Amino acid sequence: MDIHALFHASPFTGYVYPNETVVPWSILIVIYPYMTGLVAGAFTVSSLYHVFGIERFKTVSRFALITALCFMVFVPVTLLSHLGHPERAFNAMITPHTTSAMAVFGYVAAFYVCLLALEIWFIFREDIVAGAKAASGWKRHIYRVLTLGSYEVNETTRHYDHKWTMALAIIGIPAAHGLHGYVGFLFGSVKAREWWSSDLMPVIFLFSAVISGVAVMIVLYAIVARIRKMKIDESAIKGLMLTLWAFLMFTVLLELVEFGAMAYRAREGTEVIMEYVSHGPMFWRFAVIQIGLGAFVPVIIMSLMVLRGTSGKALLVGTLVSAVLVLISVLFMRYNVVIGGQEISKSMKGIVHYEPPLWGREGLLVAGLILMAPLGLYYLLTRIFDPWHIKTHADDPVTY
Amino acid sequence: MSEEIKQTDQKRRGFLGVAAKVAACTYALLGTGSVLSAVAGKKSFPTEDYEWTEHNWGYAIDATKCIGCLRCVEACKNENGVAKNAHHFRTWVERYTWIEGEDKPRVDSQNDPGNIAASGSEGEYRFDDRYKDMKVVKSYFVPKMCNHCKDPSCVQVCPTGATFKTKDGAVLVDKKYCIGCQYCVQGCPYAARYLNEEGQHADKCTWCYHRITKGMNPACVEICPTGSRMFGDYNDKNSVVNKFIRENRVQVLKPETGNNPTTVYIGLDKEVC
Repeated sequence: MDIHALFHASPFTGYVYPNETVVPWSILIVIYPYMTGLVAGAFTVSSLYHVFGIERFKTVSRFALITALCFMVFVPVTLLSHLGHPERAFNAMITPHTTSAMAVFGYVAAFYVCLLALEIWFIFREDIVAGAKAASGWKRHIYRVLTLGSYEVNETTRHYDHKWTMALAIIGIPAAHGLHGYVGFLFGSVKAREWWSSDLMPVIFLFSAVISGVAVMIVLYAIVARIRKMKIDESAIKGLMLTLWAFLMFTVLLELVEFGAMAYRAREGTEVIMEYVSHGPMFWRFAVIQIGLGAFVPVIIMSLMVLRGTSGKALLVGTLVSAVLVLISVLFMRYNVVIGGQEISKSMKGIVHYEPPLWGREGLLVAGLILMAPLGLYYLLTRIFDPWHIKTHADDPVTY
Repeated sequence: MSEEIKQTDQKRRGFLGVAAKVAACTYALLGTGSVLSAVAGKKSFPTEDYEWTEHNWGYAIDATKCIGCLRCVEACKNENGVAKNAHHFRTWVERYTWIEGEDKPRVDSQNDPGNIAASGSEGEYRFDDRYKDMKVVKSYFVPKMCNHCKDPSCVQVCPTGATFKTKDGAVLVDKKYCIGCQYCVQGCPYAARYLNEEGQHADKCTWCYHRITKGMNPACVEICPTGSRMFGDYNDKNSVVNKFIRENRVQVLKPETGNNPTTVYIGLDKEVC
């Protein structure tokens, strides 16, 4: 077999080490932090209601949890598709190498998936029991299995479910954000790469996770409302917009501080990075799309809406446009971090020019399919768990 | 607590208890497996008659002697079955050339498209004569490879322990245990690692471990016509590496990474990256 068919080599300018022409982490590793970010952000939205008791998020609180689960299920798929030996993936869990920042990922992710599934189960338990009694056909069987044999619904079980939901939601906040901060640490702790090696990386990852998760909630809510012909809860949209607005301002600030600090420190080889960012594709990806179009424009749109007290259709359109721009910005941020870091040679004397291939295991097509897969799962899951009819009190917020 | 709560509680506690026991048993089984393999690994490595605790290998490079013939790169690929293309190397040679009037050197290596064109094949390596019509102020070659660090960041980041530091100083990859995540490829400051495309595992220089454990030199050292590359045992006072360190003021590449490379150099210039 022609060995060239097995890998994707990139051209370069300046001097890059010979092994650097094959970029190790591809587009799949771009969508991996993107998806964990969406999970953490969506979970934040549900926590704003469940834990912090902000009433306006009640409508979307269950929707947010289901969305988080749908994305989380596919997070490991990105990694498994990327691994040279996915069948050995459990080696990292069976014999974790304790000094590796990556070794505990399996545990952190598995813990979070279990927590999320449990929280959803407790929240929907009453619906599940009702479904097991009332539904017919295949649905009835699924509901019966999901009851785990417990059909009791009364004040006592409601109290119990609520207690568990609260506990899980509270543990879920550090868990969801820990998961994503940890992803930031995976990159930030690599001392070999100047573009990654930053103490701010986990924090930036966290903030961008929150904005991307809130943005995806806005977009999906608008789409689902349209499909299901539901009336959009303006109070929820306004709440999501304010959350997005606040966190976005912090995120942009952090990103600029990080970049500014690196430029100002100007360690050996920084001139290559400056050349890379000010000319060539990184200028478009970073300065124009990630920061300009994806961050400044939505900050301006949302600031104007807040100042003018925009409401109704205009609020929805403005929020939706901002959310779409933020989603694009965060996707580019992930790309610029993951691919950008590998394009800057460790020699600090040259740049690799990576163009993601369309086909192949590490191509755009596979990445796109994995990114879209959670929407399919969402469709299936919502046949079982209806996130829009909040009849029970299991997911009432904490009362203070 | 009412009777009803107690019943519900007990039912659920029973279920959770069973789940916890199943999890504990599974973990115990898996744990036993890894303990057994650890005991099995106590034998001397890699062969019965080689005692890896008796050696502490080291590599020394005299860059002033390198003529850029690239025999080492070809020997390495032949000896270790490294893919013969311009993107996977266990060792390489960099050419630094200072042109009159320029304040930085021009750098290239054997993988440069110009040099590949000069050799006519991605499996054979030559430096072309691109500077023949220019005024060259100075030019030198620097051989590069894995530095077999004392505190290797590749070993630090490996999630499974498939890459490890041997007792005799080498950094190796267990290709049957590596999951191919390439975190080590990212973590190596010297870009000395790559993904073995056919085996889909991380790969790198082993100092020709199959040779050195039989008393031979690595292939690159064996073939080097000028003695620029040297290999020996730090435990042996009279070894070539100890002599090299005694007689020269040596340096290492990228000391700021804290990786503590064991490969020592003389003849580096300030621009060598």
